[in-house]
Amino acid sequence: MFTSNPFVELSALISTDVMQMYIIVMAVLVAGGTILDMMHKKSAKYFFEDAKKAKASATRTVGSGEKAGLAVAVLANEVLTSGEFANTKRRISHLLTMYGFILFVVSSALMIFESDLVATETLAQIWHTGAIMLCLGGYWFWFFIRVDVNSEGAKWYKLVRADIFIVSLFTTATFALIWSYLQFNGMNGKVGEMGLTTLFFLFFLISNTTLFASVLWSKFAHMFFKPAAALQKRIAKADGSNLNLPTDFDLTDPAVQAKFPDIPEYMGKKPEYMGHGIRRESPNHY
Amino acid sequence: MPTFVYMTRCDGCGQCVDICPSDIMHIDKTLRRAYNIEPNMCWECYSCVKACPHNAIDVRGYADFAPLGHSVRVHRDEEKGTIAWRIKFRNGKKDMELLAPITTKPWGTGYPDLAAAATPAGDMVKSENLYNEPKYVAMNDSALATLESNGLEIKEGVYY
Repeated sequence: MFTSNPFVELSALISTDVMQMYIIVMAVLVAGGTILDMMHKKSAKYFFEDAKKAKASATRTVGSGEKAGLAVAVLANEVLTSGEFANTKRRISHLLTMYGFILFVVSSALMIFESDLVATETLAQIWHTGAIMLCLGGYWFWFFIRVDVNSEGAKWYKLVRADIFIVSLFTTATFALIWSYLQFNGMNGKVGEMGLTTLFFLFFLISNTTLFASVLWSKFAHMFFKPAAALQKRIAKADGSNLNLPTDFDLTDPAVQAKFPDIPEYMGKKPEYMGHGIRRESPNHY
Repeated sequence: MPTFVYMTRCDGCGQCVDICPSDIMHIDKTLRRAYNIEPNMCWECYSCVKACPHNAIDVRGYADFAPLGHSVRVHRDEEKGTIAWRIKFRNGKKDMELLAPITTKPWGTGYPDLAAAATPAGDMVKSENLYNEPKYVAMNDSALATLESNGLEIKEGVYY
């Protein structure tokens, strides 16, 4: 099953042109949904107004070279390794779903458009791996670490609008795997299961269409906005505005100790590491 | 004035939901980010402001400690064991910072080890005093118990 391209068998039912057109329509829906979402929430307006406000209270100017360095740091930390998450479990789950989604979507497009570029078997393996990663990260998040469940005490089956993205994401991956499994077994002669195969293909199609067509109402567009917000956060820290937050003092600095004499008096000249405080426990005391 | 959340800084971790004594910090049903569901009921206790690992929660301070329009921000650094406050006036000219210790020992190490304490003797069990309650705290009909009468003196500073 893992080396079999499910779209090859599907081409007997639906022509490759139709499949390619479907992918183009989904890409247009994502782009359109993101633009509409940006216009509706006025995200770009807020972003630029906030940047202007931060610039007014900046204590130093950040050069273009330094900005490029910050962009590289955002790419390495926030984008590629989801370093903005304070909770390690959420970070791992996010990495699984993010890389699973990328592998799944890219391999789907390649299998339908350019299967000659990479060996079909390799592409099929990537496609299945992506779907499994999506399921692992998605279900872990959904049942255990979703903040509604973990901190609010809501039941896992209580659906809200914020769930459109995650639910359509893991149902897409789940139905894709079931469809692939049924189709693979159908190819081996179990003709009676062909009806079930089509049914799960329809479920896969519905989930997938919901995922890409609901950008305006779902959290899909966060993947484009988050890097911009992370860059703005780093620039604000570098230029000294930092939302007017207090300075991050070095407690061992004699100048700091002279300015705040309580520090050496009660904590000593070299204060020890105090540990994680309230973050020693997960925030689930509902 | 009540708390509000900078949505682009919040990652929906739930620390504010967990700590709010009024149970009014909740997760938004559309964006899964924290928000104050009932600003009228907010005591401005700053618990959520200090608990937020991303400093995503802010409060507009009252006019009784700085002219309106100022910014009052706090950073509770648990790993360093300090709390830092910054008040900046709206004209940007007056900018004050405060740094103070909030613990002198690593978190969780200042608790008495009750398992290692001696078992209370019979008279201690019968006494109306609480376990290990200092005698100078107890009321005594015959005399006024003081630190001095118990041979104790007050210590300066933070101690456990």
